[in-house]
Amino acid sequence: MIRYDAIKEIMEHITDELVIGNIGFPSKELYKIKDRNKNFYMLGSMGLASSIGLGISLSQNNQKVISLDGDGSILMNLGTLVTIKNQNPHNYILIILDNGAYGSTGNQETYAKNTDILKIVKSMGYNHAYEYEEIDFNKILKKDLKEPVIIRFKIEPGNSKSPVIPISPENIKNRFMEKIN
Amino acid sequence: MENKTLNSSQAVYEGIKNAGINFIVSVPCVNLQKLFDLVDEDEEITYFPVTREEEGIGILAGAYLAGKRPCILMQNSGLGNSVNALASLCQLYQIPLIMIMSHRGTKGEPIIGQVPMGKATPKILESLNIPYFKPETPKNAKEIISKSWEKAEKEKTQIGILLEISYWKSGDD
Repeated sequence: MIRYDAIKEIMEHITDELVIGNIGFPSKELYKIKDRNKNFYMLGSMGLASSIGLGISLSQNNQKVISLDGDGSILMNLGTLVTIKNQNPHNYILIILDNGAYGSTGNQETYAKNTDILKIVKSMGYNHAYEYEEIDFNKILKKDLKEPVIIRFKIEPGNSKSPVIPISPENIKNRFMEKIN
Repeated sequence: MENKTLNSSQAVYEGIKNAGINFIVSVPCVNLQKLFDLVDEDEEITYFPVTREEEGIGILAGAYLAGKRPCILMQNSGLGNSVNALASLCQLYQIPLIMIMSHRGTKGEPIIGQVPMGKATPKILESLNIPYFKPETPKNAKEIISKSWEKAEKEKTQIGILLEISYWKSGDD
């Protein structure tokens, strides 16, 4: 399975939740699969999709936030896992799409090929750290969560043919904010 | 007690309150420690430390999207760690936020390692077209910070507040 199919699989379960798309192909693929006002497409700032999601989840209690991150991006901002654990939001699911590659820049290998990111997550004391294929995602998604959930989704490297997102950054922001506030 | 000289940390805190800032993250500087206590004790403010300033900018952007008025408290060295997030996230999406920085490497700096970044700091802000202010007294800081959010939101910009070493010696603390 490549990233496109993984995002498609995830989005089949998404209803009301706010979704943050990682920079590059992940956001483009998310747009192609299911554009919605409740998607925030991160077009720059590699590494910060998990942080943006954390900021949103800590600022409002009513909606669940799902960040679609990648292995390379998590490795760029590993501290985020420490901060999420310590702030412990009850409405946050971080999904790490782990293909062991920097997909948007030509599929160069990341260290996640040899270093198990899920093991790192578990070592930080998360009570809800899962391998996607071992869980019923829909059940976790719709549950009344008490703590953050981190899910590693193991996939193969590869990009789909997805167009550039034809929405301006300001419009991505505005339509997303209207859905939260 | 009335009309006493404003304490330098208290003045920044009162400015933050007047501005309606209600979501703050921080990375420490020795000059900010009293301010951290003030914002931490304030129940109207969500406040917590982050591991790196760039991460903090990402969190603040999220907080803004969800309706908060965000601010980071950091040393100016953290500005260097935040440059891409400021440009490729905050400027790209026109996300306002306030950066209150202890400006090290300025007059009176005892640590040589602080000097290069201290000199570069204003130029980095200028190159990003981020407006910044250098209040010299607590009274001045309170006034500027009080109005900072309104300006940031109206102009859809990030704003820097640089508090040099001399500032922290200007109050009665």
